[in-house]
Amino acid sequence: MSGTLTLSHFLALGAILFALAVIGIFLNRRNLIVLLMAIELMLLAVNLNFIAFSHYLGDMDGQVFVFFILTVAAAESAIGLAILVVLFRNRESINVQELDRLKG
Amino acid sequence: MNTTTTLFYVFAAVLLGAAFGVITARSTVHAALYLVLAFFSAACVWMLLKAEFLAIALVLVYVGAVMVLFLFVVMMLDINTDSMRLNFWRHFPLAGLVGALIALEMTLVLRGGFDLSQAKPFSAAELQLGNTKQLGVEIYTNYLYPLQLAAVLLLVAIIAAIALTLRARKDSRYVDASQQVRAKKADRVRLVKMAAVADDRQEKS
Repeated sequence: MSGTLTLSHFLALGAILFALAVIGIFLNRRNLIVLLMAIELMLLAVNLNFIAFSHYLGDMDGQVFVFFILTVAAAESAIGLAILVVLFRNRESINVQELDRLKG
Repeated sequence: MNTTTTLFYVFAAVLLGAAFGVITARSTVHAALYLVLAFFSAACVWMLLKAEFLAIALVLVYVGAVMVLFLFVVMMLDINTDSMRLNFWRHFPLAGLVGALIALEMTLVLRGGFDLSQAKPFSAAELQLGNTKQLGVEIYTNYLYPLQLAAVLLLVAIIAAIALTLRARKDSRYVDASQQVRAKKADRVRLVKMAAVADDRQEKS
């Protein structure tokens, strides 16, 4: 262990976080809310990479991008949860396996 | 190992532990609370990277607004989590394989390392400016148009969220203007042509 932090430390953390979120999507394939939370974790891992690169390259653009990603993610989760509420009102369930009305 | 490195490992451990909690928590409320912890420790890691404004924004926007929204929705819906956790670990081998593959591929990229020799870290003058001001200058000079677009996007999100969940009250009486305008004369008055009929009630009495 070299002692000082390098870019790779942060990238490794982001990679592990992203992999954990992907595993979470596989495990919670029925619960729509936890799926949304796993997507938030993925976005967090991506943001971490952006900020790490921005810091080590001395470029502010990475942080500007994180700013916009945060905006879009907030809008996404607001609309996603609204759709979830409407879905629950209609089907009395958010189990992904029961959402097969369009199957025909 | 200096203080920053130690702090990084502590925050990273908390972050990964909380992320693991999010994906395995038995109840959805616990998952949401673990996600709050994950966001908070991520904000701490961002602080180590000297991105103070975004760290504070993450805590304010995510922990303060989005996670509260998540908790509201979780508590509003009556979810039966037991049926959803049926065969919870069944796909774990596949999930672990995909996760390990992703981590492995990332390591392959990382092992090559990134050439940071061309990179020039923030100069003393830039650091003197402060992270928030630096970000503000960047956004309001080079990214003004995207900023406006982001504002429009948030407005669209507000309208969409309200339009999706708004339910008209059934017990209130109000005039539907578009229906009124569309009304034809035939809908209101119907002229009937019929033969004259003698009123026989009076004759009987």
